[in-house]
Parts: sequence; C-alpha cells; structure tokens
Amino acid sequence: MTIHDPMCGMEIDPKDAFATRQHMGQTFYFCSQACVEKFDADPHRYASVVSSATTGIAENASGPLRIALPVSGFRKSGGPALEGALRALSGVSKATANAKEGRVFVEYDPSSVTVADLLDAVRGAGFTADGQAMRLKVSGLYCAECVTRIEDALKAVPDVLDATMNAATSEVKIEYSPVVGDLSQLTKAVENAGPYKAARAAEASEPEMDKEAQTVEKEYRALMRKWWFAAIIGTPTMILSYASFFPVLRDWFPRGSSAQWVLWAVLGIASITVMAYSGSQFFTGMWEGFKHRSANMHTLIALGTSVAWLYSTIALLFPQIFPSREFVDVYYDVTVVVTGLVVLGLAMEIKAKGRTSEAIKKLIGLQAKTARVVRDGEEIDIPVEEVLVNDIVVVRPGEKIPVDGEVIEGQSAVDESMITGESLPVSKKVGDEVIGATINKTGAFKFRTTKVGKDTALSNIIRLVQDAQGSKVPIQRIVDQVSTYFTPAVMILAVIGFVVWYDFGPSPALTYGLIVAVTTLIIACPCALGMATPMSLTTGIGLGAQNGILIRSGVSLQTAEKLNTVVLDKTGTITKGQPAVTDIVVNGSWNMELSINQPPLTDVDLLRFAASVERGSEHPLALAIVEGAQARGIKLSSVETFDAIPGHGVSAKVEGRRVLIGNLKLMDREGIALGDLEEKSKSLADDGKTPMYIALDNKAAGIIAVADTVKEDSKAAIAELKKMGLEVVMITGDNERTAKTIARQVGVERVLAEVLPQDKAHNVQKLQLEGKKVAMVGDGINDAPALAQADIGMAIGTGTDVAIEASDITLIKGSLTGVVTAIQLSRATMRNVYQNLAGAFIYNSAGIPIALGVLYPFFGILLSPILAGLAMAFSSVTVISNANRLKSWKPA
Amino acid sequence: MTPDKIFVTLLGLAAIAAIVWFFWMVKKPGVKAAVSSSGYQELMVLVKGGYTPDVIVVEKGKPVRLNFVRSESASCSEMVLIPDFQKSARLPEGETVSVEFMPDKTGEFEFQCQMGMLRGKLIVE
Repeated sequence: MTIHDPMCGMEIDPKDAFATRQHMGQTFYFCSQACVEKFDADPHRYASVVSSATTGIAENASGPLRIALPVSGFRKSGGPALEGALRALSGVSKATANAKEGRVFVEYDPSSVTVADLLDAVRGAGFTADGQAMRLKVSGLYCAECVTRIEDALKAVPDVLDATMNAATSEVKIEYSPVVGDLSQLTKAVENAGPYKAARAAEASEPEMDKEAQTVEKEYRALMRKWWFAAIIGTPTMILSYASFFPVLRDWFPRGSSAQWVLWAVLGIASITVMAYSGSQFFTGMWEGFKHRSANMHTLIALGTSVAWLYSTIALLFPQIFPSREFVDVYYDVTVVVTGLVVLGLAMEIKAKGRTSEAIKKLIGLQAKTARVVRDGEEIDIPVEEVLVNDIVVVRPGEKIPVDGEVIEGQSAVDESMITGESLPVSKKVGDEVIGATINKTGAFKFRTTKVGKDTALSNIIRLVQDAQGSKVPIQRIVDQVSTYFTPAVMILAVIGFVVWYDFGPSPALTYGLIVAVTTLIIACPCALGMATPMSLTTGIGLGAQNGILIRSGVSLQTAEKLNTVVLDKTGTITKGQPAVTDIVVNGSWNMELSINQPPLTDVDLLRFAASVERGSEHPLALAIVEGAQARGIKLSSVETFDAIPGHGVSAKVEGRRVLIGNLKLMDREGIALGDLEEKSKSLADDGKTPMYIALDNKAAGIIAVADTVKEDSKAAIAELKKMGLEVVMITGDNERTAKTIARQVGVERVLAEVLPQDKAHNVQKLQLEGKKVAMVGDGINDAPALAQADIGMAIGTGTDVAIEASDITLIKGSLTGVVTAIQLSRATMRNVYQNLAGAFIYNSAGIPIALGVLYPFFGILLSPILAGLAMAFSSVTVISNANRLKSWKPA
Repeated sequence: MTPDKIFVTLLGLAAIAAIVWFFWMVKKPGVKAAVSSSGYQELMVLVKGGYTPDVIVVEKGKPVRLNFVRSESASCSEMVLIPDFQKSARLPEGETVSVEFMPDKTGEFEFQCQMGMLRGKLIVE
C-alpha cells in the first residue's frame, strides 16, 4: 500500500516514510525532512486539505472510517459538547471538533452507525450540519407518482440525506453528505427508477443570474408598456381637462354644458382604465400590505389617485350634493398623469438597480466551466463541478484556471487581477498556490487541486460579497425605525391637511382640502428613504470585491470609515515574512592580499559561491541565499562533496575551491581568522539580521546577511495612511532594536515591540482605551485574537484562504495598499450613504409640508398633485443614480 | 364653526384613530415553527406584499430553517435579511429558498426585505 505525502504529493510506502506525524486524529507520512518541516510549521493547513471534507473522495478502507463533517454554529464552549454528542453514539470511536475550521472529525464504524445518524447527532446537539446539495434535471416524467418514485429511489442511495422533487421545474434537489464520492450514482439511481433521464441541473451560477436578468428585463418591459399606455391616454386627458385654456376647445366644451359633462364622463372612463392597467400594481400592493397591516409606497399612490378619481366621479354624477357649483370639477388628469409618472419612475429604478449588482454578476461570470483533468493517465475535459480534491489539472497558456490548487509541474505567469486586484501577472512555479478563475498567461503547467466547488476562493468571495451586500449599515436601523411609522404617518398628515384646509382654508375649501390631501399622499416617498443605504452598500461592497477587498458587512464598512488608528503587525504584513539577502560584505583584507593578475573578489562572486553551495540545502536561510542569487541573475556553479555540519553550517567544493558557510562556531572550528568581519557581523546582528560567514580555501572571504525585508509598497502605503489622518502603530514580537529599524524604514513612529502573540489583543485594547477606533492588520492566523479585539480586523490574505473568520475586512492582495484602499472605499461609500440619506430626508421633510400648503399663507404657493407625482417618481431614481455614481470611484 | 366643519373634523379624527389602530395598535398573532424529523424547526414563509406568517415563534437552541417562497415580481422583496443572525438570501421568484440559522439568544428579532418595506418578527423563546 502506498500513500501520498501531504506536502509534495509523492507516493510513498508508509514503512519507508522519513517521518510521521499525528494531527487531528490522522497520521501523515512524509518523504523527506523538508516536507515534515513544512508540515510542522502549519500542520492545520495541510491536514484539513487532506481530509477533504466537502468534496468527497471515497474511502474504500475497511474498519473504522474517518470523516470530516462541516459544521457551523460553534459557540464558545461548543466543541466539547459536540464531541460528547457524537461519542455517545455507538460505533463512534473518536470525535474531534475544530471550531476554527468549522469541522468535526469523526472516526466511526460504518456497520453500526450511518452518516445520517452522525448528522442527526450534530443537529441534536444544536449545531448545523452543512451537507452538500445538488440538483438534477429529470426528463421523462409521465405520472403523478413519478415524483415520489424518484425521491424514494434517491433516498435509498447511501449517504443521501434528502431528496425533494419539484414537478413544475422537473428538478430534484438532493442533499447528500460530503462522503458521497461518485455523483453519477445519483443520476443512475434516478434512471433506474423508471424511464427517466437525469442530468445535472445548472448550478446556482451564471444561468441563474441570467434568469434573474431576464425577470428584471421582463418586468421592465411590462412597466414600460404600462407607462406608454398611461402616456397615450394621459396626453389628451391633460389637454381636455384644461379645455378652458384652449380657445377652440373652450368653444366646444363650454363650462356647465352637456358637452362638457360628456367629455368628463369619457375622461373618467379613460382614467379608470389607466388605473386598472398601468396602476394595477399599486392596488395589489396596497391590498397585500393591508393584509399584513402595513402600508407602503403603493398604498400612498393608490390612495392618492383613487381619492382624486372618486371625488371627480362624485362631482360628475352627483353635482347636487356639493354646496356650490364651484366645487364641481374633475381631477382625472391627476389620476392618469400621476400613475404614468410613478410607473415610469419604477421602470427607471429597475434599470438603475440592475447596475448596482453588476459586481457580483461579474464575479459569478468568472467561474470556469470546464477543467482538463488527468484521469487514468489521460487528459479529459470535465465540467468544473466534477473536479475533485487532489485531481491533477492541466492548464495551457491563455486558459482559465478552473479551481484552486498547488502547482506540481511547469511554471507560468498568471493574471490574478480579477481576484486580487493586482494588475501585474504573478509568476508561478512548483509549490505555488494558484487561484481558480484566474487566467494563465505564458506557460503550461499542472496543478493538484486543493479546493473545489463551494470551497474555492472565488465561491467564498461570492458568498462573502452576497452576505455583505445583504447586511445592514448600522445607520440603516434608525432609518428602519423611521420607515415603520412613515407611511401611516403620511396618511394621518393627509387627513389633518384636509381637515385644516376644510375648516380654515379659503373657498372653495373642499377642493383645496382635496388637492392638499392628494398631493401629500403622492409626494411622500418612503422608497427613497428605504433605498438610500442598501443601494450604496451594494455598490460599495461590490467595488471592494473588484479591488481585492472583501468587506464582511455593513457594520464593518461604517466602522472602517471612523477609524483613526491602524495597528500593523510587522512580520508578514509590513515585511514579506520571508528572509532575503540584505547585505553582502566582502572581507576588505582579502582583495589587498591578491597578486596583480588575480581578479578581485566581488559581492557577486561571494553570492555565487554561497548560493551554489546552498542550492542543495532546504534550510530557510539557504533558500533565501539561493533566491537572492537567482533574483540577481547569477548563474550557479555545480557542487562537489557537499557536507552539512549540523549546528555549524555547510562545506562544499565549488569551482575547485573549498567553500565554508556557517556561523562563528564553524569558523572557530576550522581555525579561520575573521579580522574585522566579526565586528561587522555583530552590527548586522544588532540590526536584526542573520549574518553568515563565508570562507574560501580556509580564508575568511566575507559575510552574507539575511533578514526579513519590507514589502515594496509598505512605505508608500503607510505614508498614505498618515496623509489620511490615521495614526500608524507597528506591533511585533521582535526585539525593540529590530522593530525600530524596520519602523524607521517605513516611517512608523510608534512601535510596540516585544509583544507576545497572546498579548497583541491586550495591546490593541490599550489603544482602544485611549479612545481610539483601532484597525488591526495582520495575517489572520497568529493575530486572530487581536483582529477580533480591534474595531476592524483586517486580514492580509494568503492566496486562496479568503474566508478568514476573525477579520472584518480581508485583503486578498497581500499588500498594505489594500488597507489604504479599504479605508478610502469605506469613506467614499459612507459619504454616498449620507448623501442619499440627507437627500431622501430633505426631500420628504421639505416636500410634505409644501404639499400640505405651509407656504400658502405666506406666498400663496400650493403644489399641484401632478408636480408631486413628478417629484416622487424621480426622487428614488436620483437615490439610485447617486449610488451608481459611486461605481466610478477608483482607488487612489 | 359650522356643522359641516365640525362633522369633517370629527370624521378626520376618526380616520386618524382608525389608521393608528389599524397599523400600529393591533398585535399580530405569532406562528410557532414545527420541529421536523431532521431536527430543524421548519416553517414555510410566503413572500407576497409581506411575509405570511410575519410573526414566527421559535425555540432557543434548536436550529431553524425558514423556507421562503416569493410569489411576486416586485423587486422590493427580492432579498430577505435576518440581520441579528447575519443571514440573508436572494429570493428568486417562485423558488423555495431555505435560510438556516441557530437561535442562540432569546428576544424579538426582525426579518425584513432589503429596504425594510416588508417586515416580520422572529420571537425566540
């Protein structure tokens, strides 16, 4: 039996393994020292990949089976409770819950307990088990019993949890536990149940979005038809209602004549058709609202137009009940024109709204459709949904990378701009992570998939963005409170307006009262108020995603706007987190002792010798030297008699010379005089660097120092943060001196050094006690408590791992400029929200009093209901257009 | 004041009282979610001009699954949010969309459409 090394994927025999490790109840075998070291550094990351919870690799092993169930709903003390509940089942030998990963690892005996039992136990303990779901489109349904027959057939398949069929769409939704390996057995189960054909239904992806776009388009067209109908009837209605203003018409329909009565009757009939057709949604909307004892925009428009129509019709049919002839007038034009305008406004609103969610549509459109996978030694194209974890995928130049994985062969440059916002292509070599939906540019390569389906970075991004867009900005809660009372309050105001004008207004009081009431109902726009924040939020969060910034919720957005302090973790955030060659010192006395015709020893020579030797070594410092040489384009020489001296260094023969690289101990052991190099080495070490001596032919040649270096754009980003008025603080576990050196390089004044990882959160809290709104920026792994403690935790992403729990904002591109962009974006979005809210608030608080006629006693101004309709129709369009304006925002 | 003005004023006051009573005063009865075989407290919620039922009573500590069916095209209701449990879902017309969450705190919580025009109440006991 052979198994895979989880690090390099090499097939090895467990008996011959270089080392083994136990982690989360699983045993891992490694082929080499390097692999086991890499694993030890972060066992979790690899362990969870190997166990492949959500993708289903069938395990054919006999005896107890191991399964990782994805579980959500962990509370503080949730882990042990869940483990206990699972262990209580007979047949379960081991259960280990991991709250951070949202997984529970269970070892069970399949003969005495089923996965369904496990899931039930999980649910019974108060957790949510996240099963997988898929939909099959079934054709050939011929009878009413087909539905149950197919459902039963599917439920009989092991590990299928539930199957529900919708006869209307011919789709059956199957919930299955993540252990179902072969999805085609589900299709087979359906086809064996009768004369059916089953195929995988389109996943909730592009086609679904298309469908949504189609419904929007359909509704838009329906509204436009209604608008044209209202416009065609409305224009003559307008003209004929003011017949007395037109010389010819005035003669045809003199006031009080029977011709005018007939004209009015015709207008009355025309306007009720407009109300019934163009305005139908107002009445159904009002009715549905009434059933729930709620009122909305539809209620107001429906009431306004029907009050106008009813008054006119009563005036037409029973003029005798009015106290005086001057009351007898009709307002059919109000009914028709207001209906038409508001319908037009709705249509424009739908169009504009479609644009606000463009960002998410773009993200969904990024998904690859097919993948070229190596199966049984052959390259085959399969739908991307069928790719499993640990598949080998082949990607050619110009192709889209289908899912997340790790390169195992070949190299290339990959355009990751669609995910990370990084505009330059990123070079990929063996061992590098590739992200699904990015585009391979130059070379062909093979990669082993690590995340597929709903676990991919893209799927996580889409889910995060959707959740965030559905969340609320805290300020919205106040608006919500207002809007609960808004519509009924407007109705009450309309009644008060009518009564006041009737009681105290000028003659004809009834007419004035009516106009005021109708105008008030029509001008009030609860929609503008309700849409103000969600529209900007949707646009802002979408924009973030396009720039590689994932904002978790509206709360994060509003808090990020108010930040005044940014705490930056040093390692991995300001710096690259990997050592690199920083200094090369050539022994000064070396070149002095040379004879005339010998070439002097240079930095390049020193690095070449060192890198050539270290090429064979896997030590991180050695790696830094080799990469340093490669980055400088130095060609390496071949090495003979490589020898590692544990605790000291290495020795080897390069270009015929004996090269020694190592620490002071090595030099002492070999009896090499160091001269002033020792002094230099000390000062380098004091700066937080790691110096290594190099000796050539038993003579000290120089020093190569290696240190963690600052990311290229850290300094600019920090300067920008300061320009934005933010205080920048650096936090690190390193000693004061190293920390200060880095801080000086990037321009940070306040440094919190020698802070133990567990004390980082405490330090963040101290800053908060100074009354500051603090953002903590870290890698999300070691800083999780500090990220959670901060007002805003920003996690600098590590490639495909975008769903970092502790963070409020995830920066997919591992650069500090993301912090700048995120804060700028949140400020721009919140500014847009405030603009919208202010606009909607001013509109309503000015419009309603004017409609009620407060200006009349002073200026004789009274608003016409038709103008009110116009204002109302365009107020919500304005709000959406302002939100769309945000889309032109660009990171500075 | 002439009799007709007194009449209109009284009528107006009556109308205001009616509006206040109708929209704000009446307590809506809640519907209790039933516990299904899968261990979930499940309930079907119709989305049409409002949520039916719009007051849902669930028990604390048991997972809840609300199956929303939206049978209208008005774009207002295309999303449902349960902000207190950080849940939201897009509701394509005519499709059943499940929203699952864990009621881990007691109290009255709102669920609503994105613009807050439709609302319902979730009572966790």
